[in-house]
Amino acid sequence: MPTLSMTVNGEQVSGEVEGRTLLVDFLRENLRLTGTHVGCDTSQCGACVVHVDGVSMKSCTMLALHAQGTEVATIEGVANGDTLHPMQEAFRENHGLQCGFCTPGMVMTALALVKDNPDPTDAEVRHGLEGNLCRCTGYQNIVHAILDGAKAMREGAANEGES
Amino acid sequence: MYEFNFQRPANSDAAIDAQANAEDGQYMAGGQTIIPVLKQRLAMPSDVIDLGAIEDLSGITIADGTVTIGAMTTHTDVATSGDVLGAIPALADLASMIGDPHVRNRGTIGGSIANNDPAADYPAAVLGLGATVHTNQRTIIADEFFTDLFETALDEGELITNVAFPVPDQAAYMKFPNPASRYAIAGVFVSRTGADVRVAVTGAATCVFRAAEMERALAGNFNPDAIEGIGVDGTDFNNDLHASAEYRTHLVSVMAKRAVAKALG
Repeated sequence: MPTLSMTVNGEQVSGEVEGRTLLVDFLRENLRLTGTHVGCDTSQCGACVVHVDGVSMKSCTMLALHAQGTEVATIEGVANGDTLHPMQEAFRENHGLQCGFCTPGMVMTALALVKDNPDPTDAEVRHGLEGNLCRCTGYQNIVHAILDGAKAMREGAANEGES
Repeated sequence: MYEFNFQRPANSDAAIDAQANAEDGQYMAGGQTIIPVLKQRLAMPSDVIDLGAIEDLSGITIADGTVTIGAMTTHTDVATSGDVLGAIPALADLASMIGDPHVRNRGTIGGSIANNDPAADYPAAVLGLGATVHTNQRTIIADEFFTDLFETALDEGELITNVAFPVPDQAAYMKFPNPASRYAIAGVFVSRTGADVRVAVTGAATCVFRAAEMERALAGNFNPDAIEGIGVDGTDFNNDLHASAEYRTHLVSVMAKRAVAKALG
């Protein structure tokens, strides 16, 4: 079997995979990083979104071997120890979830969106969530959370600039 | 997925050799269609030949009134390219409407047109702009490229290298997307270059096609009013759980008028 090497949340990992192994299965089964979810397995729901070299992708719709040599970021790498990332904190504050199943993909999508567009409008957030399904909330609080999270991240960056 | 042998050649020649030497070799571009197909066990290739490591298949260049897009260029790269936004904003606009952000980050123009899904967006741009598809063997004009449902003029093993789009005077794309998949229930790409008008329709029929009557009317008067009352024959249109043929027929007229209005700014 081919050997796969990549960086996941800053740590070098490797393992043997079949050609047909999906990235999400490698993360969940081999690395036991089960925060990345498989919701639909048909490329619709976005619960499996991770970042590959800083770009959001559906890890159920790419092969593990596609990530050879890349830097992968999953939801497990977002918080700083016990301190939630401002975007995660914003989801908590705004009750941007109910069952929480879609939340890892939502947070990873939000972080990718804010990276490209630090001050998005409501409409831009909704457009950016087209690849992520939530069956509980009706999205209202998710959109609020992302707008608040983006604001907190802008303020955090500004404070860092001052100090 | 059934098992397959995964190959990731570093250049086009190696990819073409790998495909030729495989028992049943399948190219994979961004994988946003073929991976779901493999998951459903609707295909069983002996070898998957991934094109993702072939650097010279990606990129966008502009020269002499033509925008040339490498086959492995992602939808995101087209949607956000300053060159495309400047020369053919309608093409960037179309790319920005495909699927969702994550799909756009992996899906490619070459993969989209080689698959020729009847509801895909790119075929409308390729046909609506009169683009030329370049392969490892030849050049194929848009009017001869898309032949039928999921069928193209590509031969077995033939590899798309890039697509060359002539820069029009005015162009726009409008689609009525399926709210879940974002595929076009009906989508219309219009372009005008001098007196030459092209109207390409996707999503409505088994394959992208040109609406000749609308083109003639718009050539005389490039205005939404010119196609008021000029429909398309929807006898053979797709009729499925997403929309009836009658509804699609209506949508084509509406999208065409809106596209012309959008092209006029």
